[in-house]
Amino acid sequence: MTEVKSNNGNKQRTIYICQGTGCVSGKAFEITEALKKAVAEQGLQGVNTDFTGCHGFCEQGPVAIVEPEGIFYACVTVADVPEIVDSHLRDGKPVERLFYKDPVSGEAIPHHKDIKFYNMQQRIILRNCGRLNPERIEDYMATGGYESLKKCLKEMTPEQVIEEVKRSGLRGRGGAGFPTGMKWEFLRNAVGEPKYMICNADEGDPGAFMDRSTMEGDPHTVLEGMIIAAYATGSSEGYIYIRAEYPLAVKRVRLAIQQSEEKGFLGDNIMDSDFSFQLHVKEGAGAFVCGEETALMASIEGKRGMPRSRPPFPATSGLWGKPSNINNVKSLATVPVIIARGADWYSSIGTEKSKGTCVFALTGKIANSGLIEVPMGIPLREIIYEIGGGIPGNKNFKAVQTGGPSGGCLPESYLDQSVDYESLAAAGSMMGSGGMVVLDEETCMIDIARYFLSFTQAESCGKCVPCRVGTKQMLDILERICRGEGRHEDIDLLQELGKQITAGSLCQLGQTAPNPVLTTLRYFRDEYEAHINENRCPALFCANLISFYILPDKCQGCGICLRNCPTEAIVGDKRMVHVINQEKCVKCGTCLEVCPERFSAVVKVSAEEVDVPSEPIPVTAEKPQTST
Amino acid sequence: MEKINLTINGQEIEATKGMTVLEAAQSADVYIPTLCHYPDLEPYGGCRLCIVEIENMRGLLTACTTPATEGMHVTTESPAINEVRRMTLELMLSTHPCDCLECHRRERCGPYDVCLRHVAVTDRCVVCPSNGTCELQKVVDYMVVRELRVSKDTKSVPVDISNPFFDIDRNRCILCARCVRACQEITGVGAIDMAYRGYAMKVATFGDTPLMDSICRSCGECMVRCPVGALTPKETFHPEREVKTICPYCGVGCQMYLGVKNEQVVCIRGDEEGPANHGRLCVKGRFGIAEFVNHPERLTTPLVRKNGQLEEASWEEALAAVAGKLGNYKGDEVAVISSAKSTNEDNYVMQKFVRAVLGTNNIDHCARL
Repeated sequence: MTEVKSNNGNKQRTIYICQGTGCVSGKAFEITEALKKAVAEQGLQGVNTDFTGCHGFCEQGPVAIVEPEGIFYACVTVADVPEIVDSHLRDGKPVERLFYKDPVSGEAIPHHKDIKFYNMQQRIILRNCGRLNPERIEDYMATGGYESLKKCLKEMTPEQVIEEVKRSGLRGRGGAGFPTGMKWEFLRNAVGEPKYMICNADEGDPGAFMDRSTMEGDPHTVLEGMIIAAYATGSSEGYIYIRAEYPLAVKRVRLAIQQSEEKGFLGDNIMDSDFSFQLHVKEGAGAFVCGEETALMASIEGKRGMPRSRPPFPATSGLWGKPSNINNVKSLATVPVIIARGADWYSSIGTEKSKGTCVFALTGKIANSGLIEVPMGIPLREIIYEIGGGIPGNKNFKAVQTGGPSGGCLPESYLDQSVDYESLAAAGSMMGSGGMVVLDEETCMIDIARYFLSFTQAESCGKCVPCRVGTKQMLDILERICRGEGRHEDIDLLQELGKQITAGSLCQLGQTAPNPVLTTLRYFRDEYEAHINENRCPALFCANLISFYILPDKCQGCGICLRNCPTEAIVGDKRMVHVINQEKCVKCGTCLEVCPERFSAVVKVSAEEVDVPSEPIPVTAEKPQTST
Repeated sequence: MEKINLTINGQEIEATKGMTVLEAAQSADVYIPTLCHYPDLEPYGGCRLCIVEIENMRGLLTACTTPATEGMHVTTESPAINEVRRMTLELMLSTHPCDCLECHRRERCGPYDVCLRHVAVTDRCVVCPSNGTCELQKVVDYMVVRELRVSKDTKSVPVDISNPFFDIDRNRCILCARCVRACQEITGVGAIDMAYRGYAMKVATFGDTPLMDSICRSCGECMVRCPVGALTPKETFHPEREVKTICPYCGVGCQMYLGVKNEQVVCIRGDEEGPANHGRLCVKGRFGIAEFVNHPERLTTPLVRKNGQLEEASWEEALAAVAGKLGNYKGDEVAVISSAKSTNEDNYVMQKFVRAVLGTNNIDHCARL
């Protein structure tokens, strides 16, 4: 924590409320206000109320931390405020019922540092997120902020800065993994003025919020990284391209730019040097494809956001035809740390070819959803079972989807796979910008492929034929397989389409769009075959391929299912075995959900006939023993 | 111009620096299929048919966007290229009404023949105005695609017939963006652009209005660049012969070919060699000539008023009449109005005549009206 005053003994406390977007949607603003009001009303001395950016543990939001003890409160509501103030802030007795509960052991964990989700992480990019007030430049400076910039300007030549970044082994965190230092060198050596430095903050993957959280939680580190990059590359003007759907990030970055200008870190003659750098924010209009660098530049120029072929590369002809460089938010956020702690330190983290840490948005069928930062090379198993807390509800792991909508699905056999650029690519997936979706046994892999492809298909800009038409053809095929109308030639056709779209598309969006299909075909081909050849969905998910039946030897004729069925597909009477009219059934699963557990009379099957009476018959089943 | 040397399919080629690989290949008569490339438009790289392999460069690159460089080794045909090219073409065809492609009777079938295969009229190449001149047909024949592995998914949206000179049939559009680029790069009007995203993308005006309600100036530059039958004139003629001439509408001097059939002007095309227009024409030149040339009321000889009646006369007669009348007036008693349809040179001579011979400054020009 940045500001923990200890001059007032144990009574000095600060409660930090997370004001990342996730917690804000959980009423973090209201909670902060209520806390301030309650603290003021009670006239508590030495108690401060402050806020931070995203902690990453959005599943438990809104979260609050009370320092200096480091007590972590999860799922705080406005109604909890009086208790927190009275019990903890006034009387020093933490509110136990708001502690985080370990999803496996169920044990309540009071301290932030003891929570596995946090203590297994190594935070470099997110080092300040959740630990300082993102709207105060002083907080950032108190952690050594802008010292790296000072070091660059006063002690290093631009070439030395590039050399340091090259030596650190930092690779583009936007997903492609191109060495950052080399990219900077291209721009440094490019002919033409002015040169542009662009930060790609057009994070568009569904479920990914790494860049957003970094900008919301620690905007100054992004700015500092960018100013250093501009100094190293000789850029005089820069843009941060943030998608407009991130209003809080836009607000905080704008505020940070203003504060940075006031302090003389941005603008003309930065820190009394010859180096000047102007920085602008450009709000993107929400096209996923604008994360592609050439499309992003077209969008800044005010044109339709469509990629163009390379060469020429942006380093020679980028924004407005001038030499330009584009880096991801996370790459830039890493730079100040590399300068401060040295390339050797940074390159000691990670694997041989993938250095440093990577940030993932961990979601799906996982106990601890949230934002995590881990060293490169960590096995998937550790992320999912240690940090993520495993899969809830005693379900089995089926696959993990990495790399966002263009990534791939990796099966259980890859769980011990190291997480780095090369290993993921070799497995048919990719690092991407850091989405990680965990799937359990109830997930139909064809439906998952269909879902991700429907996203990339909808987000295709439409410029090139393979992406525009090819992804639609693939999606149509997947949809018909899910409907149970798959054809025998479909698997080969999907494979062929995937291969040619990958090779023939203009930009990375099209080139990677078939990945979810190609990897599920590679690792879960049996599911495709079951759908097509047997009309069977092994995950019992695809509505057209499943049926619900009421087992006559278990049904007690209670009528709960009948009353809840939305389509009146169930017939029966008191003490009569109920029967589902398969013609009327819409496969919503309500009957299965509402059938009392002690009866468990409803079953879900796929491509199976269950012997049930055609009309209601008197109940013959014995009443189950009610457990005491 | 600086020359560079490169190898295409093993053949040594000399090209000019600044050319793309496609231009270098074309200059050496190496055919690379393409549909979005057009000589006077900026490279686009959207149709993906011109993909080639280049030594020491990753993946398949579009020849139309890749600059040719010294010592480059280019391959334009290989199993890998053909696989991708064929799939791309099939995908393009899946959205294009062209069911005649796989029919062995295509060459012999006419627009009014009964289709033995019961293909809908709107899906038949033989009823398309561009049949025979369609660039897509040429590429399909080159690639010998006769059936599609992917499902057909053609549209049936209404044809925009609002413009009096040409129609937009978006059902046939392959989204090569030549029209959009022509409207933006050639005319600088920007009446049309690509609208919507992905599979829903289409060529549209601002607000997706009919073309006539947009800022379109009906010059038809889009239409002449359309590789398929999506932008077509109201009536398509195949002329018997062409006559080279200069557009009579204004003094710019656009050169053009009149297409003649049955001794009637039936169509116009700009002359790409024309130094004033490089093949480009405005709405008048492109669409406004055939009608007035063929019009029965068009004046083909001078008329002189005799006894209150206009009567046909020879040029000598007419000029003598004008000269005789002009002799009756002096200086500012007379005024002369010249025509914008005349050339700059003719207009210069006219004002010289008025000032020096007639002795007045009363000379004006209809373009000021």
